Amino acid sequence: MEETKILETLKEKFPNGVLETTALLGDETALLRRDDLLEIVDYLRKKPFAFNLLLDMTCVDFPGRHDRFEVVYHVFSLALNRRLRLKLCVPEDEPVDSLTRFWKNADWLEREAFDMFGVPFRGHPNLTRLFMYDGFEGHPLRKDYPLRKRQPRIALRSPE
Amino acid sequence: MTTRLEKMARPESLLINMGPSHPAMHGTIRVMLELDGERILNSEVEVGYLHRGFEKTCEHRTYFNLLPYTDRLNYVSPLINNVGYVMTLEKLIGLEVPERAQIIRVLMSELSRISDHLTCLAAMAMESGAFTVFLYKMKAREFIWDVIEATTGARMTTSYIRIGGVRADLHPDYQAAVEKAILETRKVLKDVHGLLDKNKIFLNRTRDIAIMTPENAISYGWTGPCLRSTGIGYDVRKAHPYLIYDRLSFDIPVGERGDNYDRYIVRMKEMDQSLRIVEQCLERLRKSPSPVIAEGIEPAEAVRQGRVQRPAEPVSLSPNLEGSEKALYPGILAADSRYVIPPKEDAYTSIEGLISHFKFFMKGHGIRPPKGEVYFSVEGGNGELGFYIVSDGTDRPYRLHLRAPCFHVVAALEELIRGRMIADVIPTFGSMNMIGGELDR
Repeated sequence: MEETKILETLKEKFPNGVLETTALLGDETALLRRDDLLEIVDYLRKKPFAFNLLLDMTCVDFPGRHDRFEVVYHVFSLALNRRLRLKLCVPEDEPVDSLTRFWKNADWLEREAFDMFGVPFRGHPNLTRLFMYDGFEGHPLRKDYPLRKRQPRIALRSPE
Repeated sequence: MTTRLEKMARPESLLINMGPSHPAMHGTIRVMLELDGERILNSEVEVGYLHRGFEKTCEHRTYFNLLPYTDRLNYVSPLINNVGYVMTLEKLIGLEVPERAQIIRVLMSELSRISDHLTCLAAMAMESGAFTVFLYKMKAREFIWDVIEATTGARMTTSYIRIGGVRADLHPDYQAAVEKAILETRKVLKDVHGLLDKNKIFLNRTRDIAIMTPENAISYGWTGPCLRSTGIGYDVRKAHPYLIYDRLSFDIPVGERGDNYDRYIVRMKEMDQSLRIVEQCLERLRKSPSPVIAEGIEPAEAVRQGRVQRPAEPVSLSPNLEGSEKALYPGILAADSRYVIPPKEDAYTSIEGLISHFKFFMKGHGIRPPKGEVYFSVEGGNGELGFYIVSDGTDRPYRLHLRAPCFHVVAALEELIRGRMIADVIPTFGSMNMIGGELDR
């Protein structure tokens, strides 16, 4: 498959869903419309592309933008040996569709993103904090969370 | 706050905690088990006990300063983390690394991979009752760490791989030390094969236990030896070759069943392959010897001379800067003063060297990659170790994210131990090689 074909095909297939495509430094990137995420991912997972591995998912916080968060997925196709980066722009408190129906590791990845950034995921089976404890205030990887912020003490758990 | 498991558990079943401080939960992780007798009905894995805010901290450090934090991710193979981070940044700024430095990086990566696998299997074997294997493997690891220590000055927190190359050239006696490490590791691997491969007790605890199907492994985002144990030969070193891996010959061992035993045997075979790579690196290094450093003038004398004019003779540096003399720089570091610190000789004896040294560390200067984002991954001890860096053009990363390979592997633990005995948790968890520093970041 040619170098740029994935992005081109994607653009042809989803003229409204794919907002922008770039291939800086060899990293092919597609900026997607939030509502079309599930449909596009479903398409990408099937042949001929077969992006069957969800390598990674994370967020980037841009306070001040209207769409505050950028959710970044890295998917990988074992058949093509190609990586692809998918991005979504999400305003604060707006939910993103969960990818747990496609990939099992999306469960923990989305919990991490929820924990660190407070991005809610629609359709996630158990959206709780992953690294932080219950009772933690705020979302540590947001830019407005100070580096040395102290957390209030949490009450001892009483044996029930 | 009640956990999901507590809410879902049946009233007659027993809930117990395994971890966070349990001898077999190396690293700190808590597995809550819902039991019916000895059988595990359900479980819940709780991670985050070792969360140190790596990504947040990195946003507040300069690109150069944050390097030591990467040592502390996978602390059993810190050099691979260094390589992963540094190469991601080099991809972003487009920096070419000298050939010799690339060979050294591969050599160090492979030694780290061996020590990573040794540690994982040593712990796994010990927890299954094979204490001899543990001691043998720790012994082999010591020889490898001797090599690493002689060159980098540290056993674990190395910070040896630098942007543009490596910190210093190899230790003068590295050849003998590496050869010794290879010999000893081979011996230990042979012994361990003999002790475990057909050992009834070990087989009972690993064969056909916690079987992962290839489809399931892919769905969980497994990479590295764990994915290869299911029969899928994906290795970043072969799939997306970096450094000089495309010029080296090595095989990718794969398993068949994806059970605990296959994860063990794949790691064992991988160490053999890594030793092969190490030998090839030695051969290549022999062909490109580093320049011989002549005895130079004392540093104090050089500084005194430097006040008037540039010292004509080479300067002999203090012993702890061994291998980082100016004459060695062309071989081990890229010649780009924007991204590489000037040699110490220059910084102390010439105004240009002093200025570039100062500018490198001055706030707001230093390494300032162009705006953009980049993802790059190397094959870590546990699988694809990826870094995702978003740069806003300043000297600090806007966002730095680590794709921790064992994050995805441990996520599958709940499913793998469901319906099995309590005792199966130990080898299953051991074969995953969960590293707290990497998983929790």
